[in-house]
Amino acid sequence: MTSDDLLRLQNVSVRLGGRDILKDVSFGIRPGQFTGLIGPNGAGKTTLLKVILGLQPVTSGAVLLDGEPRPARDASIGYVPQKLGLEPDVPLRVRDVVSLGLDGHKFGIRLPSRARRELVSDMLTAVGAQRYADARVGELSGGEQQRVMIAHALISRPRLLLLDEPLANLDISSEQGIVSVLARLARAEQVAVLLSAHDMNPLMPVMDRIVYVAAGRVAVGDTDDVVQPEVLSRLYGQHVDVIRVHGRILVVAAPEGVDEDHAVAEDAGVMR
Amino acid sequence: MFTGVMANTWLAATAVAVIAGVVGFFAVLRGSTFAAHAIPNGAFAGAAGASLLGLNPFAGLAAFSVAGALGIAGLSRRSRPDVATALTFVMMLGIGALFVSWSTEYAQEAYSLLFGEVFGVSASEVLPILGLGAVSIVVIAVMFRPLMLSSALPEVAAARGLNTRRMELAFLLVMALATSMTVPVVGALLMFSLMIGPAAAARSLTARPVLAMTLSVVIALVTVWIGIAASYQSNWPLGFFVGVIGAAVFLAGRAYAAARRRLPVSEPSPPRVA
Amino acid sequence: MHYVFEPGFFASGPVHVALAVGTVIAITSAVVGVFTVIRGQSFAGHSLADIATTGGSGAFLIGVNQFWGYLAFGAGAAAFMEMIGIQRRRGRDVATGVVLGAALGLAALFLYLGTQYSSTTGASFSILFGSIFVLTPSTVPALIVSALLALATVVALARVLLLTSLSPDIAAARGVPVRAVGAAYLMALAVSVALSAVIIGAVLSTALLIGPAATALRLAKSPLKAMITAAGLGVVAIWLGIVLAYDSFYWPPAGRGWPVSFFVVTLIVGGYLITYLRRDPRRAGPEQAGPEQSIDAERACSPV
Repeated sequence: MTSDDLLRLQNVSVRLGGRDILKDVSFGIRPGQFTGLIGPNGAGKTTLLKVILGLQPVTSGAVLLDGEPRPARDASIGYVPQKLGLEPDVPLRVRDVVSLGLDGHKFGIRLPSRARRELVSDMLTAVGAQRYADARVGELSGGEQQRVMIAHALISRPRLLLLDEPLANLDISSEQGIVSVLARLARAEQVAVLLSAHDMNPLMPVMDRIVYVAAGRVAVGDTDDVVQPEVLSRLYGQHVDVIRVHGRILVVAAPEGVDEDHAVAEDAGVMR
Repeated sequence: MFTGVMANTWLAATAVAVIAGVVGFFAVLRGSTFAAHAIPNGAFAGAAGASLLGLNPFAGLAAFSVAGALGIAGLSRRSRPDVATALTFVMMLGIGALFVSWSTEYAQEAYSLLFGEVFGVSASEVLPILGLGAVSIVVIAVMFRPLMLSSALPEVAAARGLNTRRMELAFLLVMALATSMTVPVVGALLMFSLMIGPAAAARSLTARPVLAMTLSVVIALVTVWIGIAASYQSNWPLGFFVGVIGAAVFLAGRAYAAARRRLPVSEPSPPRVA
Repeated sequence: MHYVFEPGFFASGPVHVALAVGTVIAITSAVVGVFTVIRGQSFAGHSLADIATTGGSGAFLIGVNQFWGYLAFGAGAAAFMEMIGIQRRRGRDVATGVVLGAALGLAALFLYLGTQYSSTTGASFSILFGSIFVLTPSTVPALIVSALLALATVVALARVLLLTSLSPDIAAARGVPVRAVGAAYLMALAVSVALSAVIIGAVLSTALLIGPAATALRLAKSPLKAMITAAGLGVVAIWLGIVLAYDSFYWPPAGRGWPVSFFVVTLIVGGYLITYLRRDPRRAGPEQAGPEQSIDAERACSPV
């Protein structure tokens, strides 16, 4: 963690309903860095994202943006939720949604402008959604909606982009499409990315570093340093093996409790 | 049919239709259909109470419609929205039942507040309606983008710093405002029909948000104009025509949407690639 | 000095009938209401009451016993809503709203035609609010039988309804005819609501359907306990409401009495609000009161 961190979490703990969801979490994100927030379901990834977005108050600790406590309203953090849950007949076209990314949070009357139209078009082309620019958002597939929401978030030029399990419901080719679009755009726009997932493998080619979350605690660093049996065993609180096979990484719990085994192995990509 | 007293009727009904089309567009988008029914109907109870106390029924209407909006928004903090709406609604009507039972000659006025008396509107009543219509439209126009964002994409709106709770309250208050002036004209039960049917039809016809809202207004206008003409000729209540036409346009919209999905499309449809 | 039970209360014939019928209605509404709240169909439940009431005015117009009008319109509307058959909750609410709007328009027409042929200035009041004290003993058996039928249907479907509400996909995978179950439930709801509307009016019908059920769901965790608690709350509300309405004959304004509907509604809503005074002991941390919470709750509870 250095002083030129864009975002820094310091000793963040979140306690909800009697449970410690996050325990003493600290890490930083530098500008332009692509970080994977990896961990099994229930580890606290979504809570962590909500803390950064300012939607979840912390029980203790601090969230710092450019060294200052995070202000309530901040336009420099973009967000792509996991699912939209939109009715298919909602009257919003793809280009309307992306346009809302520019100024959807601002009050006041705004007249249509050519400059804005072109900005939206360029963004749509950049994410590969130009083909269905006039379709209803609610009628798109999961992968198509992800692209639209990425365009929506990026068009306002955030410095940090958060994505909540964008790959969770996609097939493999869609996964690869989203990851490459993201990586390309992030590099081009100098946007830092924090992307949560329970399988790190699709992100291996583009991830600069990893924040591995398990049981409310994190281990931060380069993938090769973090994804090691000793480190992860300490994190999970039980013995964990790391298997590297054909360039893929599998995290497997030792055969003590059958449930943890299955869950971890499933999340790590063994069972698809 | 277009002269004298009827001129006021056309004017008032036109204003009401515009308000209903605009507010109804968002009511349908946000799934506030129940609230769109509860607030006007509950407000009627307030009018009963006001006239009981010798006050202007408008004051009672306004007070109860605002109370309804506050009640629904307040209860929605901790309860499911439909339960919150149902309980607020029955409470207002329960109080209304009490007021009506205390007053001995309210039944006739109750009928007109429920079903509308647009044919008796005087010039002095038209002006406030027009004014209020203008205010509601301006408020919606100013809130249009954040309202669209928080209605369709609530998680993203919250992440952007929009207080979705406050937007819900603001929207319900606009609905209350619209209700309190329009109910004496078209009646509680029909304000509801005018808000829902046209807006539902409009969104089946187009995916463009501003166009959908405009269509919603247009359809509401056509509905109410046909209704007035038919009511004038047949003496049957306006509410009957508005309710039936509203249902008809809704079904037409759904038929159109279903047909559009089945036929080779003129609108670009997404190819099934991620 | 007046007592809680005014003289003559227990001897009064209409009171006996009111208590008996009220109890049956309260129990049926409460049990059906538990599923209505779980499935997020409160609006449908209320709309069916208003629509049934329209049927009542129509029946009155053609000289048929209002009871059949209520039932026919209620059942017909349920069938129609099922036919339009929109699966997602919001779309379903809009369809319900449109059907309601048409029905209310019809009600306006019926009432108008009614005034053309007879003087029924008091009609709108009693149609909206009902009057439990004016039941005719001859319709009581039919009412009770229909109520029990609706109750039996819902109880028989209970497990399947819960599974369907939890996840329609799991239910379908297990061979449950999800659509048919939904339709059967909607019909039971329509009958139950039509019955309560004819006796106690549309307002009270909705209150007895939603209030006790919503309160019970806040207090009890298992569906069975919720149904029993809801039934208990509904019965208490209606009994107490009847007692107070009877007593209010002696309250100002003199000699008229306050309406039963007012008391019952106030008791029900009051009971619901009281459950919020109890601080949930499980909440140790900061209350997660955010828009996402209501989204999750909606999604979790009403996938249908």
